[in-house]
Amino acid sequence: MKLNLITVNFSNDALLEKLTGSLKKILNISINTHQLKLDFSDSYSSERGQYYSTEILLKCKKNLSVLEGYKILLVEMDIYVPALTYIFGEAELNGEFAIVSLARLKPEFYMNPTDSEVFFKRILKEVLHEFGHNLGLYHCIDWDCVMHSSNNIDEVDLKGSDYCRNCRQIINRDIVKVF
Amino acid sequence: MKNKILVVDDEKIVRDSLTHWFQESGYETDSAESAEMALEMLKEKNYDLVLLDMKMPGMSGLDLLPKIKEKDPTIYVILITAYASVPSAIQALKEGAFDYITKPVDPDELDHLVRRALEERRLKRENEMLKNNIKELILPNELIGESLQIKRVLDLVNNIANTNTNVMIRGESGVGKELIAKAIHLNSKRRFFPFVTISCSSYDDLELASEIFGHEKGGFEGTHYKRKGKLELANGGTVYFDEIGCLSPALQEDVMKAIESKQFFRVGGTEIINSDFRVITATHSSLEELVKQGKFREDLYYLINTFTIFVPPLRERREDIKALAEYFLRKYSAIVGKRFAGFSSDVIDFMMTYEWKGNIRELENCIERAVVVGKKDLITMKDLPFDTDDYLSGINDRTLKTMEKKYIEKILSENRWNISRSAEILGIDRVTLYNKIRKYKLGKKDQ
Repeated sequence: MKLNLITVNFSNDALLEKLTGSLKKILNISINTHQLKLDFSDSYSSERGQYYSTEILLKCKKNLSVLEGYKILLVEMDIYVPALTYIFGEAELNGEFAIVSLARLKPEFYMNPTDSEVFFKRILKEVLHEFGHNLGLYHCIDWDCVMHSSNNIDEVDLKGSDYCRNCRQIINRDIVKVF
Repeated sequence: MKNKILVVDDEKIVRDSLTHWFQESGYETDSAESAEMALEMLKEKNYDLVLLDMKMPGMSGLDLLPKIKEKDPTIYVILITAYASVPSAIQALKEGAFDYITKPVDPDELDHLVRRALEERRLKRENEMLKNNIKELILPNELIGESLQIKRVLDLVNNIANTNTNVMIRGESGVGKELIAKAIHLNSKRRFFPFVTISCSSYDDLELASEIFGHEKGGFEGTHYKRKGKLELANGGTVYFDEIGCLSPALQEDVMKAIESKQFFRVGGTEIINSDFRVITATHSSLEELVKQGKFREDLYYLINTFTIFVPPLRERREDIKALAEYFLRKYSAIVGKRFAGFSSDVIDFMMTYEWKGNIRELENCIERAVVVGKKDLITMKDLPFDTDDYLSGINDRTLKTMEKKYIEKILSENRWNISRSAEILGIDRVTLYNKIRKYKLGKKDQ
């Protein structure tokens, strides 16, 4: 079991290192980090000022098909799917690819002061959340579980930062011995 | 059983993105590209909710709506339109649509709308079916126990969960009052909305006011940004006031007004904030005594004390100790990455007879420590934090008072006077620890 963390069109070694450390503690799996540069101008909606995440995922899938294991893309762009005004991330349910946007996880987006700890916690939660979907988990009703749905930033902050016992059991029982 | 949702929209990318979004939440979701196709699908399957695009080529959403209602009047329909059109929306609502929403949809708004629709439909169906059987309770992971005492508590949870009644949970420190509060929340109609804890003993007055009500930019010294309070964040859900007896008189008045009216101001704010929350409170101290002493408002006491649940101490439900210990052993073994087959028989005997004055919290800390230091397949007595010889040697005065003082001093010193961590290890709350520090006149030594 391998997880690849891929920064797309930006680099932040400190963030990747910290994220890798935290994810290893929680998931106990091997984690590799990569950087990718791709042109997403055709996925940009000038009307919205956002990028269409499903298209970005598809484009990255074509470019990363040889990479073994789960692949979580980190982007700085604000992303959307057509029906919704924005999303924090998107994942293939039971698939290998997921994307997490950092744009709306930054405290500055909400006119709050820069806070690297809060920002990091949010990224960690959203990466675990989307990875959970890759592993076949649905949204969980437990607010202490990272798989609780979060449709605004307050809910990201409120939910827990690890999988609840039930979600861990589902992963262990039905998918693979991850933990 | 999964709720079934049908998305009807002529735009493929909208259908696909909504279908995927609903699937992540565990809904069974299908999509139809036209009204005609939707009608065919409605013949094949019973859906709970239809998300219907208002404008489609051929039969429009507005034309399809009465046909859906004719087939099954109990289906909930939410109309989606590219732009808000008031006359069409009014017509849609008259035709029986639950609501309408404009594209692109705010995910938070859509999520709330869908949950509200499905919850309303569920309640209607339950009423119609006159379901008298008691449903199985959803319980938080760590609420473990088969004893008669805990079953009695869960019966009360079952009775009270689906009401809006204010509940007060009482019991000693560490008995799991918050878990009972969570169980009430998880089994109420508010379970899809936040459960928010306010720890009344952890802050000074101003910090606590900001924690509860939020504050405006410049609301008080040092606040450069606006912040929402816990009452506001709990909108639709449940607020759990832990150790409510620690509220100052000034805050008691503000909290009482907020609970009564569900309206309040942020600190330094002038805008009225509305929030729909249920109140659960907990205390390990005697509020009646505080009322007598004039330290707690009598009117607030009666307001929050509509229904009381008493959680028994662990020593009164000893048959649950083994199951709890085994649960904590599994939990901490997984965290630490060790494997244990269980406990030695003398450890089990000890656990079953020990007083556990710190209740479940003390038991959990004890097992956590044992897992960390344990080296063999079984947890043995040597792994438990009760081997007191090492730090008691050399103490001539063996009275309980002296022992307690020395032990508290030792734990504080080991944890560099981190009060929260020390209180946790000692199995008592912070207030109790502060009281003991004052009582024994303990102070930091140079380290």
